[in-house]
Amino acid sequence: MSASAEAIAVAAILIVVMAAYALFGGADFGGGIWDLLAGSAERGMAPRELIDESITPVWEGNHVWLVFILVLTWTAFPPAFAAIFTALFVPLALSVLGIVLRGAGFAFRHTAQRLHMRQLTGAVFAAASLITPFFMGTVVGAIATGRVPVHPVGNVLAAWTSPTALFTGFLFVAACAYISAVYLVLEARRRGHQDLTRYFALRATAAGVITGALAGGTLAELSTSSPYVYGRLTGIALPLVAVSIAAGIAVLGMLWLRWYHAVFLRATAAIAVATVVWGWGLAQYPYLFPTSLPLAAGSAPTAALVAEFVVAGLAVLLVAPAFAFLYYLQQRGRLTAADTDADLRLAARLEQTRPTQPAAAPASTGTRITTALVLAMIAIRAIRDVFSPSHRR
Amino acid sequence: MDALTHVLAVNAVNPVPARSQMGSSLGFHIILACFGIAFAAITMIAEWIGIRRGDAVALLLARRWSKVMAVLVAVGAVSGTVLSYEMGLLWPGLMGRFGAAIGFPFSMEGIFFFLEAIFVGVYLYGWQRLPPWVHWWSGMPIVVAGILGATSVVAANSWMNSPAGYTLSHGKLTSVDPVSVFFNPSTPYETTHMVLAAYMVTGFVIAGVYAVGLLRGRRDRYHRLGFAIPFAVAGILAPLQVLMGDIIARFIANNQPIKFAAMEYVTTTSRNVPEWIGGIFINGKVYFGAAIPSFNSILVGFSPHTKVIGWDSVPAAYRPPLVTLIHLSFDLMVGIGFFLFALAAWQGWWWWFHRRLLLTPWFLVPSAVSGVAAIAAMEAGWIVTEVGRQPWIVYRVLLVSQAVTSSGGVPITLGVILVLYAILTVVSIGVPMVMSRRWRQETPAEEDAEQVPYGPSPATASATGLPPPPTVPRASPGEPKSL
Repeated sequence: MSASAEAIAVAAILIVVMAAYALFGGADFGGGIWDLLAGSAERGMAPRELIDESITPVWEGNHVWLVFILVLTWTAFPPAFAAIFTALFVPLALSVLGIVLRGAGFAFRHTAQRLHMRQLTGAVFAAASLITPFFMGTVVGAIATGRVPVHPVGNVLAAWTSPTALFTGFLFVAACAYISAVYLVLEARRRGHQDLTRYFALRATAAGVITGALAGGTLAELSTSSPYVYGRLTGIALPLVAVSIAAGIAVLGMLWLRWYHAVFLRATAAIAVATVVWGWGLAQYPYLFPTSLPLAAGSAPTAALVAEFVVAGLAVLLVAPAFAFLYYLQQRGRLTAADTDADLRLAARLEQTRPTQPAAAPASTGTRITTALVLAMIAIRAIRDVFSPSHRR
Repeated sequence: MDALTHVLAVNAVNPVPARSQMGSSLGFHIILACFGIAFAAITMIAEWIGIRRGDAVALLLARRWSKVMAVLVAVGAVSGTVLSYEMGLLWPGLMGRFGAAIGFPFSMEGIFFFLEAIFVGVYLYGWQRLPPWVHWWSGMPIVVAGILGATSVVAANSWMNSPAGYTLSHGKLTSVDPVSVFFNPSTPYETTHMVLAAYMVTGFVIAGVYAVGLLRGRRDRYHRLGFAIPFAVAGILAPLQVLMGDIIARFIANNQPIKFAAMEYVTTTSRNVPEWIGGIFINGKVYFGAAIPSFNSILVGFSPHTKVIGWDSVPAAYRPPLVTLIHLSFDLMVGIGFFLFALAAWQGWWWWFHRRLLLTPWFLVPSAVSGVAAIAAMEAGWIVTEVGRQPWIVYRVLLVSQAVTSSGGVPITLGVILVLYAILTVVSIGVPMVMSRRWRQETPAEEDAEQVPYGPSPATASATGLPPPPTVPRASPGEPKSL
């Protein structure tokens, strides 16, 4: 039994959405990681402000990709979703804990004014940015190694604590930090912060090297822990892997040459990350869990898959332009977090001293009587309706 | 009913911790969700008044509300994600079997959530540098997506109450009709009820805050307008909600008779069923309750002779637990509904004939608690619908005990969720309070000194469409009679 075209198409959409989450949501997590590593309150002030300013308007939009991943998975591949969420209860619960803490830290840090409260919410935000990608990585590692049973009973600790899974967890953290640092280089440059541009270029280079090393390590681990995926990664998916490596090296080269091109640098770094996700998806094909749960056995009835296809189409039609609008405004510097009410308050206070406009005239006697009559009629009708025998069944 | 026999053969897992966790997560999220659905609309009304009439007070309110909205929407986005996770973490038995069916409304919700999140970003951070009307319109998608998103996600819940649009063979889902899933029999009732509730909760909560301010003697136009806008929105919808509730109760009596029986203490199927108001159900008898003879039959079928189905019609294993909780929650919801209706009618009457805001404590004290009351009513309503559906997770198709996870960690996650949400609740209430205190203390001069790092140049102040702030000494707020 081979997978239907609809199942393959929805699986492809799922992989694209995952790549999008890695690029957008991942960058936000990475921002948190750099926030964590920015040092003391004094020293880290400038980079922290830049991180904050570039993430704040967009993080909620970026976060929705994750919701889409969950919904797509449970709609299109319900048995796989149920199995993953049963067996990998622990890392998934920890990753959602990270999401809660991060969101809360984000929501409240802007209103916290005293320094120690700021530091507390900032620390929560930063630490959570580390937890979430790590445990999401272990989940993906567990799936890729085929350690998730198709019908699990209770937690399966061994599934996500294998060396491959842990390696994948670290790879996720490093990749988030990498993609984020590259974006921040451009953010700093756009705002004309010379020193911050260099600051993040250095970190992007370091994170790029570490990510590359971890990716290599994970691949090596996969050769023993998941021969099927390894075989396809070095077989049919090899072009994608090669593109990823080439793009990664190209980014390092651009950073070395200080050629901070707003489009090329961003796109190349994005390609380096996205191709890894696509490569993983291709390597798993045609399995949801290699090699125990094939796509065909784990997918939903056709109509549900077609519906997801329609949803994806709607998303492209509605969400894509909206996203473009958001990023356009953000890149143009039209979205600012800091604002002041001073202008309005002055004007408002002034207005209060002005003589107030005459109030609209109250209802005339005629209107009053008419209203009362209408209300009485409605009331009588209602009471008659309730007790009239014609409604009896 | 071969699903029933199939169900009985399955070994049950204790679902109480998972149910408690789902209940507390939903109960927490639903409050924030209300603000996600309705806050933007109320803010935009203030902004519209502000731009249209050059009213700085209204604009100030709108801008400050949007700051509070930023906090609440962020927490709501997060607690909503927790719910998505919990669908899998707690109920893999539901998702594995029916994920394909229930997934479609959730997918639609995903799109609307996306639009909402994007435009919240534009609206919240666009105050300074977008032209006034462009900014106003950037809020419109939040309003539309909020309503449609709520409709979608409540449609998923409706499906659990009246499953439709799927075919099972041998306990396996073989085909799905996503449109029938979305528009299942309960959808029109539940979604309308919830969207109205969201606007009422948001409106009465905001109005309640300003009612407290008015009670404390801050009777300037800022507080009066801050009270009037949200109160008008919620108050206009209050009678509609009472009407809707009546229609829904009749629908439930037909569609989920056992739930209705628990709501109204209908023990045995009969005619001339009395309507119990209050009362505790112990061992087949109702204590401390007042019964209106035959009134329940009248409400269900407009006649005392209407037959109402009692819970004796199903085996004890398929009756909801905690009937007292269900009944009292239902009474509480209905009672508060009428209370809010009365409050709105009172102000409405006064406004119609006197064009004035009621400022007597007799009105303001109840108004101050109207927000809390609206939240309580909504929570009670969710208790009725969720506990009333027990022991089913999908009504008459799948038991909760079949859907619950076999993972052992739920008591721990329940504990973590309770602690975390307690903190989040305190902070979600505390942050706006701190904000408002800061707003009251601020004088323009101080704030100008404060905004150094990326504050816009004073020239952008004209983006509000107002003349540049004149430098006149502050006058004490007057006491004009009208708004």
